[in-house]
Amino acid sequence: MTSLAPTKPLRLNGYLLAASLGVLALFLFSFTIGPYPIPASTVVSVFLHRLDLVEKTWSDAVELVVLDVRGPRIAAAILVGGALASAGATYQNLFRNPLVSPGVLGVSSGAGFGAALGILLGMPGFGVQGLAFVLGLVAVALTVWLGRSFDRRATLVLVVAGLVVSAFFQALISLIKIVADPLNQLPTITFWLLGGLHRMSAASLVTALIPIAIAGFVLHALRWKVNTLAAGEDEARTMGVDVPKVRLLLILAATMMTAACVAISGIVGWVGLLIPHIVRMLVGPSFAAVLPLSALIGGGFLLGIDNLARLPGTTEIPLGILTALIGAPFFALILARTRRQWF
Amino acid sequence: MVLSVADIRFAYPGGRRLLDRVSFALEPGEALCLLGPNGTGKTTLIRCLLGLERVAAGRVALHGRDLARMSPAESARLMAYVPQDTNAAFAFLAFEVVLMGRSPHLRFMASPTDEDRRLARAAMLRLGIAHLAERPFLELSGGERQLVLVARALAQGSTILIMDEPCAGLDLANQLRIIRTIRALAEDGYSILFTTHLPDHAFAFAVGGKVAMLKDGTLMGPAAPDSLLDAEALGQLYGTPVEVVRIAQGRAEGQTLCVPVMQERDGR
Repeated sequence: MTSLAPTKPLRLNGYLLAASLGVLALFLFSFTIGPYPIPASTVVSVFLHRLDLVEKTWSDAVELVVLDVRGPRIAAAILVGGALASAGATYQNLFRNPLVSPGVLGVSSGAGFGAALGILLGMPGFGVQGLAFVLGLVAVALTVWLGRSFDRRATLVLVVAGLVVSAFFQALISLIKIVADPLNQLPTITFWLLGGLHRMSAASLVTALIPIAIAGFVLHALRWKVNTLAAGEDEARTMGVDVPKVRLLLILAATMMTAACVAISGIVGWVGLLIPHIVRMLVGPSFAAVLPLSALIGGGFLLGIDNLARLPGTTEIPLGILTALIGAPFFALILARTRRQWF
Repeated sequence: MVLSVADIRFAYPGGRRLLDRVSFALEPGEALCLLGPNGTGKTTLIRCLLGLERVAAGRVALHGRDLARMSPAESARLMAYVPQDTNAAFAFLAFEVVLMGRSPHLRFMASPTDEDRRLARAAMLRLGIAHLAERPFLELSGGERQLVLVARALAQGSTILIMDEPCAGLDLANQLRIIRTIRALAEDGYSILFTTHLPDHAFAFAVGGKVAMLKDGTLMGPAAPDSLLDAEALGQLYGTPVEVVRIAQGRAEGQTLCVPVMQERDGR
């Protein structure tokens, strides 16, 4: 009986520690993958050298591969995976529906249209990312506005509005594909929409990191209120939660995260749907536990999949295809195991 | 007065008026039993009290302060809601559900402290359900769930409890358990409003028990059950003949029963 309160935090801390160590090990291991073999010990030494702890005993080429080629991509995989899983967990709690994903309010379609438009207009990479980010936010603003004009309070209406907005932007994407130059622009657009991290640079990593970090802070600050919202909006209000304000903040934060991810990595599905479910199976539904663990496991998951994508000797498979190929059967498995707990 | 309701009116947009100049007050230690036929606006009245609906006219005040001017956290510290059931979408443990009651006391960014956990545990102990703490809420029986939701309201630390049909769907023993819990809480100074479809429940309180009847938007009472609930008043309330009888002997001696007349002897 006396162990009533402390058991859960202890178990959570165990999972957080294990996940952190796992992601760190995968992080170091990921540098060794690729057409130019670099042993893990050298990777560690390169990092230690940056901190002036060891002498340099390797070529400039090795350092370039580790820090400028593989580094940004590996960091981006962790960042995007973690952010998508966090956003997915947030949306699932907010809409009290375990089957929604980060794209539910139309952010992916909006951002996809933004990127396709940017490519069509011949914008540079940075411009394409910026346009994707902005149009992702525009799509969600449209969804929220549309939902409010039907019914200010009903959350389900928001999901329906998201479907409408998604369909609209999907149509615009198709339109752009028709008019795009089939030799240069169309393949670029197609690959972008399928998701991938191969274009990653340190600069785009940083531009995505800022909105994701801000949004992550907001989600962390609201983690207990998110929990209360899972009991329903009316009940949450009677437990002191300012529901309209908290809901708007959550939507903004999760949307900003998703839009930043889509802007640098294209549309990568399944991570935001799958990971929170795995996490809930481990630590239960409390959002204060689900959020940090989803971020870690989501980051590790996407990094592992991106490593598959860039295995030497294979054509690079777009990330979105791999996450779907691995995520869909995995999700079906989880669905079969946990369906009783959901409804 | 910890809760005072003065002349409130309410109608859904385009609908008929559900509440028309409803007024009453709750004192510490009072348990007010609210009766009324289906669809008469009991739930609407509760939603107005909780600030979930905005009243068209009139005023709800907690400890003399206007509810409409309070933040959700301020009112939640004074008044707690016990729903009939909660349909949390995820499999929370009973203890986690109770701990949610501490939400209005959490500061920005903070997570529940050891003190919050202690209070949540104390609330479960008080209702005799500490053994349910580690069980998934959705796997509990109806009676157990209701007690967990009462514990959540107690953990909230507010002394006004608004309970929406706490006995709905419960068997005889569990109904009794809930009524006894309400009685014990009223004796400890809580002010409780609860709705029910069994007028008998109004008679379960030796002291501090009051009853009010809501029909067609107007409220009759609150008053002592003995003075308000007679055969005629209940017959009118529900639109069917009702007898109020006092049991004269046996273990239930002195209990009052409200019985609908089932036989149609005349005018068949």
